[in-house]
Amino acid sequence: MYTFDWSSIPGSLPFLWQGMLVTLQITLVAIVVGILLGTIIAVLRLSKNSILSTLAATYVTLFRSIPLVMVLLWFQLALVPPVVHWLFPNANFDLNLIIAFTAFAFFEASYYAEIIRAGIESIAKGQVMAAQALGMTDGALMRLVILPQAFRRMIPLLLTQAIILFQDSSLVYVIGLADFFGVAKNRGDSTGSEVEFILFAGAVYLVLCLTLSTIVRQLQKRITI
Amino acid sequence: MISIRDISKWYGAFHVLKDCSTEIQKGEVVVVCGPSGSGKSTLIKCVNGLEPFQKGEIVIEGTSVGAKKTNLPKLRARVGMVFQHFELFPHLSVLQNLTIAQCRVLRRSASESEEKAFRLLDLVGLRAHARKFPAQLSGGQQQRVAIARALAMDPIAMLFDEPTSALDPEMINEVLDVMVNLAQEGMTMMVVTHEMGFAKKVADRVIFMDQGQIVEDRPKMDFFSRPNTDRAQQFLSKILSH
Repeated sequence: MYTFDWSSIPGSLPFLWQGMLVTLQITLVAIVVGILLGTIIAVLRLSKNSILSTLAATYVTLFRSIPLVMVLLWFQLALVPPVVHWLFPNANFDLNLIIAFTAFAFFEASYYAEIIRAGIESIAKGQVMAAQALGMTDGALMRLVILPQAFRRMIPLLLTQAIILFQDSSLVYVIGLADFFGVAKNRGDSTGSEVEFILFAGAVYLVLCLTLSTIVRQLQKRITI
Repeated sequence: MISIRDISKWYGAFHVLKDCSTEIQKGEVVVVCGPSGSGKSTLIKCVNGLEPFQKGEIVIEGTSVGAKKTNLPKLRARVGMVFQHFELFPHLSVLQNLTIAQCRVLRRSASESEEKAFRLLDLVGLRAHARKFPAQLSGGQQQRVAIARALAMDPIAMLFDEPTSALDPEMINEVLDVMVNLAQEGMTMMVVTHEMGFAKKVADRVIFMDQGQIVEDRPKMDFFSRPNTDRAQQFLSKILSH
């Protein structure tokens, strides 16, 4: 029978912590940029201008039809390196981190865009009319009246999406980035306790995600009351 | 001040408004009534361009509502509107509901907007509720806030779209009282309502609509004492009998 050997884990904690920082960075950047970009795409998608709305719809459909792993690989192989070299010819970035940031942000934006679009559409037409009747332009009423209400309603969904994103960020191992999962896997390989490290990493994901979902559920209860 | 000329509007094949014409002079109070589905709410929403129309012209103080080059937001900022379902902004406090358009549309300073807001909350008797949110108020209170919000823009005229239809009976009068005061102070008003008591008290003219047409448009006394058409007569007998 297999006997577990957890002895390598305590010594690896500083490395795992570094990996967790990378995971958190990717998650955070993807949430912030994804929501900003997603909001713009959602607004464009609902715009009366058919060219803009078609462009936005195409963006959403495209990114939602491609597996995230492939988006990561394309960003690594074709899209990000030339742009970064062109913008900053002499800079010395961790290119893989930039690739992860951009790929996740662009990918998540397509999911956030759909959540935000549904949120905007859930606001009653009467609110739009009331804002218009007060002389607000389309931009002002979107910013001051519709989006603040839509975001309040969407908070639980946006957070749920953030939890999924936090888990999905482990996919960056395909571009060779050492996030929390990547570090766990590497340490496991080099110490010969692969199973223990993967189990430990899984437990950490489980605890963090369960905690976050509980918070979301509490929040949801408070919002719906 | 408001001139409605031969307005026609279709929803697809359905002819909602048929060649509606009327004039509202400065300081005049005009009540629009009629059975449900007669087009009265649609007509009043055409006046500030909330509903587009396909034919005819509406001119407010020399500005044509339907013209392409008209800056609609700018025009709407000068005409107050009160809705059946209040439509206060639920994420903003009562005070913020009254100041947001003053600040963002009229570019008034925060202090000027708040001063104005408190004066109007005094007028509608709700100063004590300034920091509350709309959901914490009764329907009648919300509608009074909505009237104050429209007045905060210093409108040249006020449009009311069934302002008491969504209210519980005991709250109707508190809203009508505010409207009566407004009328007596000389505000130009167009009011879609079934409250014939209000019409009798302050209206100068009554417009009766049926099936998208303006069937009667007459001074109040004439309308109530001897309506010209059977349709108006029937409507009045139904609405006044209870």
